[in-house]
This record gives sequence, C-alpha cells and structure tokens, in this order.
Amino acid sequence: MVKGIEATGIPVVHICTIVPISKTVGANRIVPAVAIPHPLGDPKLHIDDEYKLRRKIVEKALNALTTEIDGQTVFQ
Amino acid sequence: MAYKVIHYINQFFANIGGEEMAHVTPEMREGAVGPGLGLNKEFKGEAEIVATVICGDSYFNENVEEATKTIINLMKKYEADLFIAGPAFNAGRYGTACGTISKLVQDKLNIPVVTGMYIENPGADMFKKEVYIIETANAATGMRKALPKMAKLALKLAKGEEILDYKTEGYILRGIRKNYFADKIGAERAVDMLIKKLKGEDFQTEYPMPEFDRVAPGAAIKDLSKARIALVTSGGIVPIGNPDHVESSSASKYGIYDINKVNNLTGRDYETAHGGYDPVYANEEPDRVLPLDVLRDFEKEGMIGSIHPYFYSTVGNGTAVRSAKVFSEEIADKLIQDDVDAVILTST
Repeated sequence: MVKGIEATGIPVVHICTIVPISKTVGANRIVPAVAIPHPLGDPKLHIDDEYKLRRKIVEKALNALTTEIDGQTVFQ
Repeated sequence: MAYKVIHYINQFFANIGGEEMAHVTPEMREGAVGPGLGLNKEFKGEAEIVATVICGDSYFNENVEEATKTIINLMKKYEADLFIAGPAFNAGRYGTACGTISKLVQDKLNIPVVTGMYIENPGADMFKKEVYIIETANAATGMRKALPKMAKLALKLAKGEEILDYKTEGYILRGIRKNYFADKIGAERAVDMLIKKLKGEDFQTEYPMPEFDRVAPGAAIKDLSKARIALVTSGGIVPIGNPDHVESSSASKYGIYDINKVNNLTGRDYETAHGGYDPVYANEEPDRVLPLDVLRDFEKEGMIGSIHPYFYSTVGNGTAVRSAKVFSEEIADKLIQDDVDAVILTST
C-alpha cells in the first residue's frame, strides 16, 4: 500500500508496530507504533495521557513528512 | 537414537486461543503439540519432537528481544539436534516470529532449522536468505502437504546430507550459488538458450536478474501549514456495520469514507473489520488505529493545512500483495486528483 501510493511521488509515512515488516515491504518513512491491536494508543493509560501519546506519534509522523531522506528511515 | 527436535508454534496452533490470546508469553511443553503430532509421524522414528515452544504472535513481535531470550534459554536443557518452526502459512506475525526464532536458533545453538511459509508472508522475504523456508499454501488447509516436506528437509539437514535445489526440496529460493561442472561450455549453453527463445520455447536463465521492488521516497513537505494530509489504513477501520463488507481477511476491496464533518472516530460510529488482531481496543476507540482526533486538532492549531475529506481503509490480513497493489494505485489516483500532499498510513 505504502509503495503503491509513494510511487506517484506523494510522500507516505508508515506508522506501524512491526518495523521489520515495514522495512521489508519497502516503506521509506517509518514511525514505530505502540502495539499491534492499538498502534496509536494504550488502553492502560488515562484518556488524557493516551491522547498525549497519540499526539506525540502523529507529531513524529508529520516531522517525518517534512524531513528529506535518501532511503528507508525509522523516526524513533 | 532418534534426533531430538524442538518445535515452535503460536497460540492458535497450540489451541490456546485466537487473537484474544495473541499476547501469551513463551511456554515450553514436553512432547509434540498440534502440528507437531503430524511432524512426528513424518519422521518415521528417525526423529522425535521432545518439546514444543508456544508463544503468542503479538507478544513475540512486540517483545522480540525478551521473547527470543526466554525461548533460547528454555531450549538449552534439551540439547536438541533440530529446530522446526511453524508452518506459518500466510499469517504475517507468525511468519515473522518463525523466521526470527529460526535464524537465532541457527546462529546461537548451531543446529539446523526449518520453517514453512506462504511465499507472500512478510517473514519469507525477511528470512529466506538465512534459513530454509518450505514454501506452503496460504492457509492451514495446506498442512498435509507442508509437513512431509518440512520433515524430509529437516532430517536431511540433521544427517548432513546434500541439500538439492529449491525446486526439488520445496524451499523458497535462498539466492545461494553453488559451483558444479556442466556438460557443455557456457557459449554452447547460451546459444541453446537463444535458440529456444527464438523458437518461443521455455528456457531457464542461469542468471536471474534481482528484483528491486523499491520506490524512491517522495519529496519532503516544505510547508506543513499549507499541506493537505490524507489518512489511509490497513487496520480495517470502517463505519459501524461495515457497509462495504470489507472482508476480515484476504480483503478484495477497500472503503472510502467521508470524514469532512467528523472530528474523531468514536466507537459508536466506527469499528474495525480486521480479523487479524484483537479488535477490543480498536472498537472501543478507533482513533487508536486511525488518529483523526489528533490530526483534527493539528488542523485547528494551524500546524497542518487541512485533512483530506475522505479516509481510505482496507484489511491487511493475509491480503494478497497484488490486491494491495491495485488498491493503492486506485487510491493514489484519487489522492492526486484531490491535490493531497502527503499520506499518513497506519498498520496494525
């Protein structure tokens, strides 16, 4: 999916839990997520803290989209 | 004496449970469990499964270091001669786990390993160069065909017998070159090949070109505050009731959903159609998979220009690579028409 869209030149950031899979399929901008059933959240946290966590991950993703890269890059 | 085998399987094949039990930590059971019973039959007394390691797919992939360390430690006392993992068919997390643990056992315990997967399992691409992966069907219905091949190859490895080419043995091409004396010199073989090609007959190249299936990174966004961002997911988020009937696995379609007037994805209006992970958390709060709430706030704060009024969603669970390719090309066309500048794609 990532490659099919990025082939058109539109930058794609992939937020995913299993980073090695993302690398194998060929995503270029990769942001690691929290867990498989809740990549952008954590049900153990209070709702406000969970929102903050999600905000941080999306911020990282946006930062990745504004960063020029040469090849596959994981934004920790 | 029979070779001692340790077998790795996931929570599903150990009959512990499905996705709701994918978090279970590694455990060791004496003897064969599940598909291991079939393997034992195929060994015909030449080898025997002495213990089975069971681990939840999500636990393994979310805690790779801890999981592998525990498993290797649990294995040591058995002094096994062979390690077999799976087969994982087209289950992505299971395949990744089988590949990871097989490679580690091979490196750390220095014993032969064999696993099995469908060719499109992401674990196959990740580990085919390092370990023998028997090519299987894409679903567990292929178990009966997979086990004899896995057992046969494992026995050959244990005995130190010569491993023949990938087609004969049934493993996924590893890209290892082997020298041999051919009957004809290279020039003759090349001319034979050319003649076959001219006649339109089948011929087999001796030097297949590598496939570089990569795309160049899109250029970075210069001004985020003017950018239009689209949300795409393989995590299966759909409006409640799944109006387009996106399949829970092997999806044949994707959905397009209007979020123009939506500020966040609530469990009242949205849910996941994905059958490959425990849906409880996504159904409770779909923003955990597709973060519309946060992105809406960034839009209000002026950090991003706007959110594309539609999101695109499919289920990435055993979905064929060629289907995903078609979906993404169609989605990309629409994104270009609508002047989308960048995409956030989330996967579970």
